[in-house]
Amino acid sequence: MIASDLTLSPTASRPWKSGLWVSLLALALVAACLMLRSRLPWLSLYPPAWVVPIAAWVNHVSDWVSALLQPICRSFAWMLGGPMAWLRGFLVWLPWPAVALAATLIAYKAQGWRLAAFAVAVVAYLLLTGYWPATMNTMALVILAVPISVIAGFGLGVLAFALPRARAVIEAALDLMQTVPAFAYLIPLLILFGFGPVVGLIASIVFAVPPMVRNTLLGLSQVPPVIKEAGLMSGCTVWQGFWHAEVPTAKPQLLMGVNQTTMAAFSMVIIASLAGGSADIGWEVLSAVRQADFGRSLLSGLVIALVAVLIDRITLGFAKSGEAPASQDSRLSGRRLLAILAAIMLGGLLLRLMAGNADWLAGSVQIINMKALDDAILGLVRDHASLIDSIRNGIISFLMLPVRIGLEKAVTPFTWGLTLTPAGIAFYVLLVAGIALFAAWKWNRQAGLTAIWLGIFLYFGLTTFPWPALMLAAGLLVWRIADARMALAALAALAFALLSGLWLQTMMSIYLCALAVLLCLLFGGAIGLWAAHSDRVSALVRPFNDALQTMPQFVFLIPALMFFKVGELTALIAVMLYAIVPPIRYVEHGLRHVPPHVVEAAVQSGCTPSQLLWLVKLPLALPTIMLGVNQTIMAALSMLAISALVGTRDLGQQVYIALGKADAGLGLTAGLMIALIAMVSDRAIRIWCLKRQAPALRAG
Amino acid sequence: MTPEIDDRPVKLSCRNLWKIFGPDPRGILTAMNGAAGDRMVLKQRLHQSGHLAATIDVNFDIRLGEIFVIMGLSGSGKSTLVRCLSRLIEPTMGEILLGGEDLLTVSKARLIELRRRAMGMVFQNFGLLPHLTVCDNVAFPLRIQGMSETERLSRAKDMIDLVGLNGKEAAFPHQLSGGQQQRVGIARSLAVGPELWFLDEPFSALDPLIRRQMQDEFLRLQRMLQKTIIFITHDIAEAFRLADRIAIMRDGEVIQLGRPADIALKPANDYVADFTEEISLTRVISVADVMTPAGNDVAGLSVKPVSARLMLEELVPQLAAGVSAFPVVDENDRLLGQVAAADIVDILERDRRRRHRA
Ligand SMILES: Nc1ncnc2c1ncn2[C@@H]1O[C@H](COP(=O)(O)OP(=O)(O)OP(=O)(O)O)[C@@H](O)[C@H]1O
Ligand SMILES: [Mg+2]
Repeated sequence: MIASDLTLSPTASRPWKSGLWVSLLALALVAACLMLRSRLPWLSLYPPAWVVPIAAWVNHVSDWVSALLQPICRSFAWMLGGPMAWLRGFLVWLPWPAVALAATLIAYKAQGWRLAAFAVAVVAYLLLTGYWPATMNTMALVILAVPISVIAGFGLGVLAFALPRARAVIEAALDLMQTVPAFAYLIPLLILFGFGPVVGLIASIVFAVPPMVRNTLLGLSQVPPVIKEAGLMSGCTVWQGFWHAEVPTAKPQLLMGVNQTTMAAFSMVIIASLAGGSADIGWEVLSAVRQADFGRSLLSGLVIALVAVLIDRITLGFAKSGEAPASQDSRLSGRRLLAILAAIMLGGLLLRLMAGNADWLAGSVQIINMKALDDAILGLVRDHASLIDSIRNGIISFLMLPVRIGLEKAVTPFTWGLTLTPAGIAFYVLLVAGIALFAAWKWNRQAGLTAIWLGIFLYFGLTTFPWPALMLAAGLLVWRIADARMALAALAALAFALLSGLWLQTMMSIYLCALAVLLCLLFGGAIGLWAAHSDRVSALVRPFNDALQTMPQFVFLIPALMFFKVGELTALIAVMLYAIVPPIRYVEHGLRHVPPHVVEAAVQSGCTPSQLLWLVKLPLALPTIMLGVNQTIMAALSMLAISALVGTRDLGQQVYIALGKADAGLGLTAGLMIALIAMVSDRAIRIWCLKRQAPALRAG
Repeated sequence: MTPEIDDRPVKLSCRNLWKIFGPDPRGILTAMNGAAGDRMVLKQRLHQSGHLAATIDVNFDIRLGEIFVIMGLSGSGKSTLVRCLSRLIEPTMGEILLGGEDLLTVSKARLIELRRRAMGMVFQNFGLLPHLTVCDNVAFPLRIQGMSETERLSRAKDMIDLVGLNGKEAAFPHQLSGGQQQRVGIARSLAVGPELWFLDEPFSALDPLIRRQMQDEFLRLQRMLQKTIIFITHDIAEAFRLADRIAIMRDGEVIQLGRPADIALKPANDYVADFTEEISLTRVISVADVMTPAGNDVAGLSVKPVSARLMLEELVPQLAAGVSAFPVVDENDRLLGQVAAADIVDILERDRRRRHRA
């Protein structure tokens, strides 16, 4: 491993030599743009007259398509509406002891006593908080969405597997479906299917199909050729070979797909309720968020988290038992379980019919409530209003404003208490130059140049940067990280932002996202580093991470909102709360899984602990950490759409506005723009990791 | 081994069989005009156009009840050849005649029919279905044919008994050892009672001791079942142990085809000679190979007659007793001829010289 790092350095420095001139040229061009911007106003502000009405075109097409498809879609929605209403009614009407008993039994069958105990705890929580009926309504949605998604996903997966040409199209569509925020495609769904709980169901189905397609494709392509040949030599027809040999062999992977599909459908419940759900748990969370009621949002958010974990463990349990069919509890065979469940349901039915309208059977008594917590926090906020205000203003004026509009405009008597004099500017230039020189001397020229770039950006601000200069810099950055093709893709994405007139919102998104990601990496990386070296910290951090990742994203808005009111800072904190988990996890994992023999060799050659960390562990863990960076960016982008609820001015806000106006064109273009940012950064980082790993693989 | 093999009817024959991998196999083959001419030039041209010839102009006749072993190093094209014979992959050119019927022109339905009735195949990495028990795996081909459950289970039970796996019927493949898994593979391939039995390196994944045991088992089965067998191996000792005839492959070509004794005594070239170096001649050469036909003097020998099928190795102890010649008889004790002690000593001497060189 160490030897391979040595061989790596000469190849790594070669592209740099040719890149130096490009870098200097780019710097010169950027400088020219910045000088000329007062004389040529179109440089700093892309003229609205040059905007191409993409959103209007999309609306045109969508009007035309929806006129065509609406009758079909509406009748489909109508067809689903009946069963859904019936199932909702039925689940709520069933007495809770019957449902609870059934859930516990299924949990026991899936994973044994511990999960059964967890199921009991979840049921108790649902009853005590009074969210039982709402949860049953949500379950109706999940129970209907999952089979439909699984069947559709399986079909598409088989299609993609059988026809290589279809495969390319389907995979591209999957990528898009998973990166465009769910908000954005809610709009066309609303147009096509109308408003109401069924649209929520359909949105869940659409969102839950991709994992099934992917797992089907993966499972089928992983079937060993010898299995297919054995089937053929046994005299199977193509059809028999598929159903009797290939599908059963791919079954563990297919069951993983069912698990992920279920989770995806469940994670959509809040967004589904945006499309006109009512009285389900997603709606409860949403209304709590809208009323900024932290206690209630925490309680109802926890319902989603707990039920999600339960469903996850149950479906995983069944998926695993498919792998080793002989290792199940033999007393509870599948057939017997079904019989018992039927008996329980029948018992529940009878109980309900005999007891009439006994209230306790509906389980809607609320015993736990969080009013005290709300009051405590509100009291805290009230008592320390001035402190909180000064923290808020400090962060905004010293951190967020400079990044957004640059020191040039951010330094005012109002924010910083001083004006930017020529002497101040000179000081800043000297400071940046000094840092750049130091960096170039300490590490390499690239580090020095990076410092200069950062200095320029901090002075002029991300959102007010002249767009040609910004495109140049972005292209250069992506080219450095990945390759020329990705740089072109990045330029194309930015050009799309320009042409569609979403440049400013795109910059706001990138700014918010970049800031959140940087801060997450800083804090999360530090926590991860600590956790990697201390088992106690690691054990302490893990439940927090689990909770943060399973909580619905909406819930993060509220604590931030309670402390810092509506605004960018609240959005930033909400995004960070959600996006801080990947850096913690990946840094810890990367550092902990450095091969022990390398560490031993380094210690043996006399490394101090800090040398060990910086020279050995971090470089070796870097690919893993970069995957974490990737995950952080994805998490931040996915949270962006949701943070629009607390008043941002980015693409997420555009999507949200579009949702309110049912403007498919605007929603889709803004959604697509978010997806483009996500895809470019994802691919670029992946390519970087590949480049970085390839020499090591070759040498090893 | 048995001299009468050449008199038996041909079961499977393969004529000018080619398999080329690459972007346009058929096109390149017609472009090269049926691939006449120098092999080296041909391979060069294939390589330049991004093709790879895995089976080159293979010809042979396999006779009823024979064990035909295809032997060659890894990558020599054995699996490709056997997959062409069973049409798991489409040959690029040639003919495969199964009992006079050209396999390459039969319909899909007929091919399925043939696989259901006439062919069985054992795979190197077993190819067992992970979700089925031993019993269900063995019964799988029967289920595919639509046989009733009781009937197929009883037939599967017979097969499991045959390969000595009784008691393991309810186990899943992952609970079995490699040797046991391959027994299941063998039982499955025999379940439909095929006339033609393909085995693609069936014992290569097993360790040497188990391999030897499985080979004995295989010979026992074959004595009972008398199938026509195409057996693939890269292990020369295994080939000589099991084969009636051996085809040695190298880079897609069959470079020598013959009985083990012929190959050991007259290797076609240095490559084959190198291969067969470690084979002890007295173990592969039978009495029949060195026998002189019956003359008048044979009757006068006082020694106990030996079977024509016996390997020379078995006669060595008696040589020490000073016997000068053995009368040779067939299974029915008919006198066939005699074998002179000097000839056996000659072969022993050749064995010794080879060992010294090695
Ligand atoms: N589907 C394929 N496409 C391209 N080349 C192939 C394909 N299958 C096999 N080959 C090539 O054909 C040649 C013969 O392969 P084959 O599997 O028949 O060898 P083998 O003699 O069975 O070797 P082994 O003992 O390792 O199983 C090899 O060079 C292999 O790379
Ligand atoms: Mg092979």
